[in-house]
Amino acid sequence: MAFALVASGDGDLYEIIGLSLQVSLTALFASCIIGFGLGTFIAVTRFPGRAVAIITFNTMMGLPPVVVGLLVYLALSRSGPLGVLGLLYTPAAMIIAQTILITPIVTALSRQIVEDLFNEYDELFRSLSVPTLQAMGAVLWDARFSLITVALAGFGRAIAEVGAVMIVGGNIDHLTRVMTTAIALETSKGDLALALALGIVLLAISMTVNALALSLRSTAARQAYA
Amino acid sequence: MSSRLFCAAVVALVSAGALSSASAQAEDKSIIVQSTTSTANSGLYDHLLPIFKEKTGVTVNVVAVGTGQAIKNAQNCDGDVLLVHSKASEEKFVADGFGGPRTDLMYNDFVIVGPPADPAGVAGSSDAAAALKRISDANALFASRGDDSGTHKKEKSLWKAAGVDTAAVSGKWYRETGSGMGATLNAGIGMGAYVLTDRATWISFKNKGDYTIAVEGDKALFNQYGVILVNKEKCPSIKADLGQSFIDWLLTGEGQKAIASYNVNGQQLFFPNAPTS
Repeated sequence: MAFALVASGDGDLYEIIGLSLQVSLTALFASCIIGFGLGTFIAVTRFPGRAVAIITFNTMMGLPPVVVGLLVYLALSRSGPLGVLGLLYTPAAMIIAQTILITPIVTALSRQIVEDLFNEYDELFRSLSVPTLQAMGAVLWDARFSLITVALAGFGRAIAEVGAVMIVGGNIDHLTRVMTTAIALETSKGDLALALALGIVLLAISMTVNALALSLRSTAARQAYA
Repeated sequence: MSSRLFCAAVVALVSAGALSSASAQAEDKSIIVQSTTSTANSGLYDHLLPIFKEKTGVTVNVVAVGTGQAIKNAQNCDGDVLLVHSKASEEKFVADGFGGPRTDLMYNDFVIVGPPADPAGVAGSSDAAAALKRISDANALFASRGDDSGTHKKEKSLWKAAGVDTAAVSGKWYRETGSGMGATLNAGIGMGAYVLTDRATWISFKNKGDYTIAVEGDKALFNQYGVILVNKEKCPSIKADLGQSFIDWLLTGEGQKAIASYNVNGQQLFFPNAPTS
Protein backbone atom coordinates (compact mmCIF):
# COMPACT_ATOMS: atom_id res chain seq x y z
CA MET A 1 0.00 0.00 0.00
CA ALA A 2 2.91 2.35 0.78
CA PHE A 3 4.32 1.77 -2.70
CA ALA A 4 0.92 2.23 -4.28
CA LEU A 5 0.61 5.49 -2.37
CA VAL A 6 3.88 6.87 -3.69
CA ALA A 7 3.33 5.51 -7.18
CA SER A 8 -0.14 7.03 -7.37
CA GLY A 9 1.54 10.42 -7.68
CA ASP A 10 -0.89 11.92 -5.21
CA GLY A 11 -0.05 15.66 -5.18
CA ASP A 12 -1.14 16.03 -1.56
CA LEU A 13 1.30 13.34 -0.46
CA TYR A 14 4.24 15.00 -2.23
CA GLU A 15 3.25 18.33 -0.70
CA ILE A 16 3.29 16.78 2.79
CA ILE A 17 6.62 15.03 2.17
CA GLY A 18 8.09 18.28 0.82
CA LEU A 19 7.00 20.26 3.85
CA SER A 20 8.31 17.59 6.24
CA LEU A 21 11.73 17.77 4.61
CA GLN A 22 11.72 21.55 4.36
CA VAL A 23 10.84 22.01 8.04
CA SER A 24 13.14 19.35 9.46
CA LEU A 25 16.14 20.11 7.23
CA THR A 26 15.90 23.85 7.90
CA ALA A 27 15.67 23.15 11.65
CA LEU A 28 18.65 20.80 11.30
CA PHE A 29 20.83 23.40 9.58
CA ALA A 30 19.97 26.01 12.19
CA SER A 31 20.73 23.51 14.95
CA CYS A 32 24.04 22.49 13.37
CA ILE A 33 25.19 26.09 13.08
CA ILE A 34 24.34 26.73 16.72
CA GLY A 35 25.17 23.27 18.06
CA PHE A 36 28.54 22.62 16.36
CA GLY A 37 29.81 26.03 17.49
CA LEU A 38 28.46 25.75 21.01
CA GLY A 39 29.55 22.12 21.39
CA THR A 40 33.07 22.89 20.20
CA PHE A 41 33.30 25.92 22.44
CA ILE A 42 32.34 23.88 25.51
CA ALA A 43 34.72 21.11 24.43
CA VAL A 44 37.89 23.19 24.04
CA THR A 45 37.49 25.89 26.67
CA ARG A 46 37.48 25.69 30.45
CA PHE A 47 35.14 28.05 32.29
CA PRO A 48 33.27 28.08 35.58
CA GLY A 49 29.97 26.25 35.29
CA ARG A 50 31.22 24.12 32.40
CA ALA A 51 30.14 20.89 34.08
CA VAL A 52 26.70 22.38 34.67
CA ALA A 53 26.47 23.37 31.00
CA ILE A 54 27.39 19.83 29.90
CA ILE A 55 24.83 18.24 32.23
CA THR A 56 22.20 20.75 31.09
CA PHE A 57 22.68 20.00 27.40
CA ASN A 58 22.85 16.25 28.02
CA THR A 59 19.58 16.48 29.95
CA MET A 60 17.93 18.62 27.29
CA MET A 61 18.50 15.83 24.76
CA GLY A 62 15.46 14.29 26.43
CA LEU A 63 13.21 17.34 26.01
CA PRO A 64 9.66 16.08 25.42
CA PRO A 65 8.49 17.44 22.01
CA VAL A 66 5.06 18.24 23.41
CA VAL A 67 6.63 20.47 26.09
CA VAL A 68 8.71 22.29 23.47
CA GLY A 69 5.55 22.69 21.39
CA LEU A 70 3.68 24.13 24.33
CA LEU A 71 6.44 26.63 25.16
CA VAL A 72 6.70 27.78 21.55
CA TYR A 73 2.91 28.00 21.34
CA LEU A 74 2.79 30.20 24.46
CA ALA A 75 5.53 32.44 23.01
CA LEU A 76 4.08 32.73 19.49
CA SER A 77 0.39 32.87 20.40
CA ARG A 78 -1.25 36.20 19.56
CA SER A 79 -1.55 36.78 23.28
CA GLY A 80 2.08 35.75 23.89
CA PRO A 81 5.24 37.90 23.90
CA LEU A 82 6.05 37.20 20.22
CA GLY A 83 2.44 37.19 19.03
CA VAL A 84 2.89 40.30 16.87
CA LEU A 85 5.06 38.29 14.49
CA GLY A 86 2.01 36.25 13.47
CA LEU A 87 4.08 33.08 13.19
CA LEU A 88 1.78 30.60 14.93
CA TYR A 89 0.33 27.97 12.54
CA THR A 90 3.05 28.59 9.93
CA PRO A 91 6.00 26.41 8.83
CA ALA A 92 8.29 28.98 10.48
CA ALA A 93 6.81 28.15 13.89
CA MET A 94 7.43 24.46 13.26
CA ILE A 95 11.04 25.17 12.29
CA ILE A 96 11.56 27.16 15.50
CA ALA A 97 10.09 24.36 17.64
CA GLN A 98 12.20 21.64 16.00
CA THR A 99 15.32 23.78 16.22
CA ILE A 100 14.82 24.12 19.97
CA LEU A 101 14.18 20.39 20.19
CA ILE A 102 17.30 19.19 18.38
CA THR A 103 19.90 21.88 19.13
CA PRO A 104 20.69 20.26 22.52
CA ILE A 105 21.21 16.90 20.79
CA VAL A 106 23.60 18.38 18.23
CA THR A 107 25.38 20.40 20.92
CA ALA A 108 25.81 17.55 23.41
CA LEU A 109 26.94 14.95 20.88
CA SER A 110 29.32 17.26 19.02
CA ARG A 111 30.76 18.40 22.37
CA GLN A 112 31.64 14.81 23.20
CA ILE A 113 33.17 14.04 19.79
CA VAL A 114 35.16 17.25 19.59
CA GLU A 115 36.35 16.89 23.17
CA ASP A 116 37.70 13.38 22.56
CA LEU A 117 39.55 14.63 19.51
CA PHE A 118 40.75 17.76 21.27
CA ASN A 119 42.30 15.72 24.07
CA GLU A 120 44.52 14.06 21.45
CA TYR A 121 45.56 17.42 19.97
CA ASP A 122 45.81 19.38 23.20
CA GLU A 123 49.55 19.01 23.78
CA LEU A 124 50.33 19.84 20.18
CA PHE A 125 48.18 22.97 20.32
CA ARG A 126 49.89 24.01 23.56
CA SER A 127 53.41 23.51 22.27
CA LEU A 128 52.59 25.60 19.19
CA SER A 129 50.58 28.17 21.24
CA VAL A 130 47.62 27.91 18.90
CA PRO A 131 44.91 30.51 19.70
CA THR A 132 41.62 29.03 21.02
CA LEU A 133 39.54 30.12 18.05
CA GLN A 134 41.96 28.57 15.60
CA ALA A 135 42.11 25.38 17.69
CA MET A 136 38.31 25.21 17.65
CA GLY A 137 38.28 25.53 13.89
CA ALA A 138 40.93 22.84 13.48
CA VAL A 139 39.25 20.18 15.65
CA LEU A 140 35.83 20.99 14.21
CA TRP A 141 37.19 20.45 10.71
CA ASP A 142 38.91 17.21 11.63
CA ALA A 143 35.74 15.94 13.32
CA ARG A 144 33.57 16.74 10.30
CA PHE A 145 32.89 13.14 9.26
CA SER A 146 31.77 12.11 12.75
CA LEU A 147 29.62 15.22 12.92
CA ILE A 148 27.59 14.00 9.95
CA THR A 149 26.35 11.21 12.20
CA VAL A 150 25.50 13.81 14.83
CA ALA A 151 23.50 15.73 12.25
CA LEU A 152 21.68 12.53 11.28
CA ALA A 153 20.73 11.92 14.92
CA GLY A 154 19.26 15.42 15.02
CA PHE A 155 17.47 14.92 11.72
CA GLY A 156 16.01 11.63 12.92
CA ARG A 157 14.59 13.28 15.99
CA ALA A 158 13.14 16.21 14.01
CA ILE A 159 11.51 14.26 11.18
CA ALA A 160 9.99 11.73 13.60
CA GLU A 161 8.48 14.01 16.23
CA VAL A 162 4.79 14.82 16.23
CA GLY A 163 4.13 16.54 19.56
CA ALA A 164 5.71 19.91 18.83
CA VAL A 165 4.65 20.43 15.21
CA MET A 166 1.08 19.38 16.02
CA ILE A 167 0.71 22.18 18.59
CA VAL A 168 2.53 25.03 16.85
CA GLY A 169 1.61 24.06 13.28
CA GLY A 170 -1.98 23.00 13.91
CA ASN A 171 -1.87 20.22 11.25
CA ILE A 172 -3.56 22.55 8.73
CA ASP A 173 -4.20 20.94 5.36
CA HIS A 174 -2.00 22.39 2.57
CA LEU A 175 -0.23 24.68 5.04
CA THR A 176 1.32 22.94 8.03
CA ARG A 177 0.51 19.25 7.59
CA VAL A 178 3.63 17.07 7.73
CA MET A 179 4.13 13.31 7.64
CA THR A 180 3.85 12.70 11.38
CA THR A 181 0.75 14.85 11.90
CA ALA A 182 -0.85 13.23 8.86
CA ILE A 183 -0.18 9.81 10.40
CA ALA A 184 -1.73 10.94 13.70
CA LEU A 185 -4.76 12.27 11.80
CA GLU A 186 -5.33 9.07 9.83
CA THR A 187 -4.99 7.04 13.04
CA SER A 188 -7.65 9.17 14.69
CA LYS A 189 -9.90 8.63 11.67
CA GLY A 190 -9.47 4.92 12.25
CA ASP A 191 -7.78 4.47 8.86
CA LEU A 192 -4.97 2.38 10.29
CA ALA A 193 -3.86 0.95 6.95
CA LEU A 194 -3.30 4.40 5.43
CA ALA A 195 -1.58 5.56 8.65
CA LEU A 196 0.80 2.61 8.51
CA ALA A 197 1.48 3.16 4.80
CA LEU A 198 2.38 6.79 5.52
CA GLY A 199 4.67 5.56 8.29
CA ILE A 200 6.50 3.32 5.85
CA VAL A 201 6.86 6.23 3.42
CA LEU A 202 8.32 8.34 6.25
CA LEU A 203 10.86 5.61 7.04
CA ALA A 204 11.80 5.39 3.37
CA ILE A 205 12.43 9.15 3.30
CA SER A 206 14.63 8.89 6.39
CA MET A 207 16.53 6.06 4.77
CA THR A 208 17.10 8.11 1.61
CA VAL A 209 18.46 11.02 3.61
CA ASN A 210 20.73 8.70 5.60
CA ALA A 211 22.00 7.04 2.43
CA LEU A 212 22.72 10.42 0.84
CA ALA A 213 24.58 11.54 3.96
CA LEU A 214 26.64 8.35 4.01
CA SER A 215 27.60 8.62 0.36
CA LEU A 216 28.46 12.29 0.86
CA ARG A 217 30.64 11.26 3.75
CA SER A 218 32.50 8.55 1.90
CA THR A 219 32.97 10.69 -1.23
CA ALA A 220 34.34 13.53 0.86
CA ALA A 221 36.53 11.17 2.88
CA ARG A 222 38.01 9.69 -0.28
CA GLN A 223 38.90 13.14 -1.57
CA ALA A 224 40.28 14.24 1.80
CA TYR A 225 42.61 11.28 2.18
CA ALA A 226 43.42 10.70 -1.49
CA MET B 1 33.95 19.57 -0.46
CA SER B 2 35.16 23.04 0.41
CA SER B 3 33.80 24.68 3.53
CA ARG B 4 32.79 27.74 1.52
CA LEU B 5 30.57 25.63 -0.73
CA PHE B 6 29.03 24.04 2.35
CA CYS B 7 28.31 27.45 3.89
CA ALA B 8 26.71 28.64 0.66
CA ALA B 9 24.49 25.57 0.58
CA VAL B 10 23.45 26.19 4.18
CA VAL B 11 22.60 29.84 3.52
CA ALA B 12 20.64 28.94 0.39
CA LEU B 13 18.59 26.28 2.16
CA VAL B 14 17.85 28.41 5.20
CA SER B 15 16.78 31.39 3.13
CA ALA B 16 14.62 29.13 0.97
CA GLY B 17 12.89 27.97 4.14
CA ALA B 18 12.46 31.52 5.40
CA LEU B 19 11.16 32.74 2.03
CA SER B 20 8.57 30.03 1.67
CA SER B 21 7.28 30.71 5.18
CA ALA B 22 7.18 34.40 4.31
CA SER B 23 5.11 33.68 1.22
CA ALA B 24 2.66 31.65 3.34
CA GLN B 25 2.40 34.74 5.53
CA ALA B 26 1.91 37.11 2.65
CA GLU B 27 -1.18 35.22 1.48
CA ASP B 28 -3.62 37.63 3.08
CA LYS B 29 -6.88 36.12 1.97
CA SER B 30 -6.95 33.36 4.52
CA ILE B 31 -8.54 32.83 7.88
CA ILE B 32 -8.03 30.38 10.71
CA VAL B 33 -10.97 28.41 12.07
CA GLN B 34 -10.58 26.88 15.52
CA SER B 35 -12.75 23.82 15.18
CA THR B 36 -13.96 20.70 16.91
CA THR B 37 -12.49 17.47 15.48
CA SER B 38 -15.71 15.79 14.33
CA THR B 39 -16.32 18.30 11.53
CA ALA B 40 -12.76 17.84 10.25
CA ASN B 41 -12.36 14.07 10.72
CA SER B 42 -15.67 13.34 9.04
CA GLY B 43 -14.52 15.17 5.91
CA LEU B 44 -17.09 17.98 6.08
CA TYR B 45 -14.50 20.71 5.54
CA ASP B 46 -13.04 18.91 2.53
CA HIS B 47 -16.54 19.18 1.07
CA LEU B 48 -17.35 22.77 2.11
CA LEU B 49 -14.09 24.69 1.85
CA PRO B 50 -13.39 24.21 -1.89
CA ILE B 51 -16.88 25.57 -2.65
CA PHE B 52 -16.27 28.62 -0.46
CA LYS B 53 -12.80 29.16 -1.91
CA GLU B 54 -14.15 28.96 -5.45
CA LYS B 55 -16.72 31.64 -4.67
CA THR B 56 -14.63 34.09 -2.62
CA GLY B 57 -10.96 33.20 -3.12
CA VAL B 58 -10.56 32.94 0.66
CA THR B 59 -8.51 30.05 2.04
CA VAL B 60 -9.89 28.64 5.26
CA ASN B 61 -7.23 27.02 7.47
CA VAL B 62 -8.74 24.61 9.95
CA VAL B 63 -7.11 23.80 13.28
CA ALA B 64 -9.05 20.76 14.51
CA VAL B 65 -8.80 20.19 18.25
CA GLY B 66 -11.31 19.40 20.99
CA THR B 67 -13.96 22.02 21.76
CA GLY B 68 -12.30 22.92 25.07
CA GLN B 69 -8.92 23.55 23.45
CA ALA B 70 -10.48 25.32 20.46
CA ILE B 71 -12.16 27.81 22.81
CA LYS B 72 -8.91 28.37 24.72
CA ASN B 73 -6.99 28.95 21.48
CA ALA B 74 -9.65 31.43 20.33
CA GLN B 75 -9.42 33.21 23.69
CA ASN B 76 -5.70 33.61 22.98
CA CYS B 77 -6.67 35.28 19.66
CA ASP B 78 -5.20 32.37 17.67
CA GLY B 79 -8.18 32.04 15.34
CA ASP B 80 -10.70 34.21 13.49
CA VAL B 81 -13.72 31.93 13.73
CA LEU B 82 -14.78 29.37 16.33
CA LEU B 83 -16.84 26.37 15.23
CA VAL B 84 -17.60 23.99 18.11
CA HIS B 85 -20.39 22.03 19.79
CA SER B 86 -20.90 22.84 23.44
CA LYS B 87 -23.58 25.49 23.77
CA ALA B 88 -22.97 26.34 27.45
CA SER B 89 -19.22 26.88 26.89
CA GLU B 90 -19.91 28.87 23.72
CA GLU B 91 -22.33 31.15 25.54
CA LYS B 92 -19.77 31.68 28.28
CA PHE B 93 -17.18 32.56 25.60
CA VAL B 94 -19.56 35.19 24.24
CA ALA B 95 -20.58 36.47 27.70
CA ASP B 96 -16.90 36.93 28.60
CA GLY B 97 -16.52 39.20 25.57
CA PHE B 98 -14.19 36.98 23.51
CA GLY B 99 -16.50 36.93 20.52
CA GLY B 100 -20.02 36.90 19.27
CA PRO B 101 -22.77 36.65 18.51
CA ARG B 102 -23.15 32.85 18.63
CA THR B 103 -25.38 31.32 15.98
CA ASP B 104 -26.76 27.80 15.59
CA LEU B 105 -25.22 26.25 12.46
CA MET B 106 -26.22 22.60 12.21
CA TYR B 107 -26.90 19.54 14.33
CA ASN B 108 -26.70 15.80 14.48
CA ASP B 109 -26.71 13.49 17.46
CA PHE B 110 -24.55 11.44 19.78
CA VAL B 111 -24.72 7.66 19.99
CA ILE B 112 -23.30 5.12 22.40
CA VAL B 113 -21.45 2.36 20.57
CA GLY B 114 -20.66 -0.98 22.13
CA PRO B 115 -19.31 -4.50 21.56
CA PRO B 116 -21.61 -7.18 20.09
CA ALA B 117 -21.53 -9.14 23.38
CA ASP B 118 -23.29 -6.16 25.01
CA PRO B 119 -22.20 -6.94 28.62
CA ALA B 120 -24.51 -4.30 30.10
CA GLY B 121 -27.53 -5.31 28.03
CA VAL B 122 -28.20 -1.82 26.68
CA ALA B 123 -28.44 -2.53 22.95
CA GLY B 124 -31.57 -1.08 21.37
CA SER B 125 -32.16 1.35 24.23
CA SER B 126 -33.19 4.91 23.51
CA ASP B 127 -32.77 6.19 27.07
CA ALA B 128 -29.16 7.35 27.43
CA ALA B 129 -29.20 7.98 31.20
CA ALA B 130 -30.79 4.62 31.95
CA ALA B 131 -28.28 2.88 29.68
CA LEU B 132 -25.35 4.53 31.45
CA LYS B 133 -26.83 3.48 34.81
CA ARG B 134 -26.92 -0.12 33.59
CA ILE B 135 -23.33 0.10 32.34
CA SER B 136 -22.35 1.35 35.78
CA ASP B 137 -24.36 -1.36 37.58
CA ALA B 138 -22.79 -4.05 35.38
CA ASN B 139 -19.29 -2.55 35.90
CA ALA B 140 -18.96 -2.81 32.11
CA LEU B 141 -16.01 -0.94 30.60
CA PHE B 142 -16.68 2.60 29.38
CA ALA B 143 -14.06 4.69 27.54
CA SER B 144 -14.41 8.43 28.11
CA ARG B 145 -12.73 11.29 26.21
CA GLY B 146 -11.72 12.91 29.49
CA ASP B 147 -10.40 15.94 27.60
CA ASP B 148 -12.95 18.70 28.28
CA SER B 149 -14.20 18.47 24.69
CA GLY B 150 -17.81 19.05 23.65
CA THR B 151 -18.45 15.31 23.60
CA HIS B 152 -16.86 14.91 27.04
CA LYS B 153 -19.05 17.68 28.45
CA LYS B 154 -22.14 16.01 27.00
CA GLU B 155 -21.04 12.71 28.50
CA LYS B 156 -20.55 14.25 31.94
CA SER B 157 -24.05 15.74 31.83
CA LEU B 158 -25.46 12.30 30.94
CA TRP B 159 -23.63 10.62 33.85
CA LYS B 160 -25.04 13.31 36.11
CA ALA B 161 -28.54 12.54 34.85
CA ALA B 162 -27.84 8.86 35.49
CA GLY B 163 -26.76 9.63 39.05
CA VAL B 164 -23.35 7.97 38.64
CA ASP B 165 -20.20 9.47 40.17
CA THR B 166 -17.53 8.59 37.58
CA ALA B 167 -14.68 10.18 39.55
CA ALA B 168 -14.93 7.38 42.10
CA VAL B 169 -14.56 4.63 39.47
CA SER B 170 -12.06 6.30 37.13
CA GLY B 171 -9.33 3.81 36.26
CA LYS B 172 -11.56 0.85 37.15
CA TRP B 173 -14.35 0.28 34.61
CA TYR B 174 -14.47 3.99 33.71
CA ARG B 175 -11.42 4.72 31.50
CA GLU B 176 -10.54 8.32 30.65
CA THR B 177 -8.28 8.36 27.59
CA GLY B 178 -7.65 12.11 27.66
CA SER B 179 -7.50 12.22 23.86
CA GLY B 180 -9.55 12.92 20.75
CA MET B 181 -12.65 11.12 19.51
CA GLY B 182 -10.82 8.86 17.07
CA ALA B 183 -8.14 7.90 19.57
CA THR B 184 -10.80 7.18 22.19
CA LEU B 185 -12.73 5.00 19.73
CA ASN B 186 -9.53 3.11 18.85
CA ALA B 187 -8.82 2.57 22.56
CA GLY B 188 -12.41 1.76 23.53
CA ILE B 189 -12.84 -0.76 20.72
CA GLY B 190 -9.48 -2.28 21.61
CA MET B 191 -10.52 -2.90 25.20
CA GLY B 192 -14.17 -3.79 24.55
CA ALA B 193 -15.59 -0.67 26.18
CA TYR B 194 -18.74 1.36 25.46
CA VAL B 195 -18.00 4.78 23.95
CA LEU B 196 -20.10 7.93 23.52
CA THR B 197 -19.39 9.45 20.10
CA ASP B 198 -20.97 11.93 17.73
CA ARG B 199 -22.65 10.18 14.84
CA ALA B 200 -20.60 11.97 12.15
CA THR B 201 -17.30 10.65 13.51
CA TRP B 202 -18.79 7.19 13.96
CA ILE B 203 -20.14 6.89 10.41
CA SER B 204 -16.87 8.02 8.84
CA PHE B 205 -14.68 6.04 11.29
CA LYS B 206 -12.81 3.22 9.57
CA ASN B 207 -11.70 1.03 12.48
CA LYS B 208 -15.12 0.02 13.81
CA GLY B 209 -14.24 -3.63 14.25
CA ASP B 210 -17.45 -5.51 15.13
CA TYR B 211 -18.89 -2.55 17.07
CA THR B 212 -22.41 -1.30 16.46
CA ILE B 213 -24.58 1.50 17.78
CA ALA B 214 -26.14 0.38 21.08
CA VAL B 215 -27.99 3.48 22.22
CA GLU B 216 -29.52 6.21 20.04
CA GLY B 217 -32.58 8.36 19.64
CA ASP B 218 -32.69 10.04 23.07
CA LYS B 219 -33.51 13.76 23.00
CA ALA B 220 -30.66 14.25 25.48
CA LEU B 221 -28.24 13.03 22.78
CA PHE B 222 -28.93 16.06 20.58
CA ASN B 223 -25.69 17.59 19.28
CA GLN B 224 -25.83 21.26 18.27
CA TYR B 225 -22.96 22.98 16.48
CA GLY B 226 -22.53 26.74 16.75
CA VAL B 227 -20.36 29.30 15.00
CA ILE B 228 -18.85 32.47 16.50
CA LEU B 229 -16.70 35.32 15.18
CA VAL B 230 -13.82 36.18 17.51
CA ASN B 231 -14.04 39.70 18.96
CA LYS B 232 -11.95 42.21 16.99
CA GLU B 233 -11.78 44.58 19.97
CA LYS B 234 -10.13 41.91 22.13
CA CYS B 235 -8.02 40.55 19.29
CA PRO B 236 -7.00 43.33 16.87
CA SER B 237 -5.04 40.84 14.75
CA ILE B 238 -8.07 38.85 13.60
CA LYS B 239 -9.52 39.21 10.12
CA ALA B 240 -13.07 40.11 11.07
CA ASP B 241 -14.30 40.85 7.52
CA LEU B 242 -13.12 37.57 6.03
CA GLY B 243 -14.25 35.63 9.11
CA GLN B 244 -17.69 37.22 8.93
CA SER B 245 -17.97 36.45 5.21
CA PHE B 246 -17.28 32.78 5.95
CA ILE B 247 -19.86 32.73 8.74
CA ASP B 248 -22.41 34.51 6.54
CA TRP B 249 -21.84 31.98 3.78
CA LEU B 250 -22.27 29.04 6.19
CA LEU B 251 -25.48 30.42 7.64
CA THR B 252 -27.26 31.32 4.42
CA GLY B 253 -28.78 29.31 1.59
CA GLU B 254 -25.70 28.10 -0.26
CA GLY B 255 -23.67 27.12 2.81
CA GLN B 256 -26.60 25.41 4.49
CA LYS B 257 -27.35 23.50 1.30
CA ALA B 258 -23.71 22.44 1.03
CA ILE B 259 -23.79 21.12 4.61
CA ALA B 260 -26.98 19.15 3.91
CA SER B 261 -25.56 17.66 0.73
CA TYR B 262 -22.52 16.12 2.44
CA ASN B 263 -22.87 12.42 3.03
CA VAL B 264 -20.72 9.39 3.74
CA ASN B 265 -21.89 5.98 2.50
CA GLY B 266 -25.20 7.56 1.57
CA GLN B 267 -25.81 8.85 5.10
CA GLN B 268 -26.20 12.57 5.78
CA LEU B 269 -23.87 13.56 8.62
CA PHE B 270 -24.92 17.11 9.50
CA PHE B 271 -28.34 18.76 9.41
CA PRO B 272 -28.27 22.54 8.85
CA ASN B 273 -30.45 24.53 11.23
CA ALA B 274 -29.27 28.14 11.07
CA PRO B 275 -32.05 30.58 11.97
CA THR B 276 -33.73 31.95 8.84
CA SER B 277 -34.01 35.71 8.91
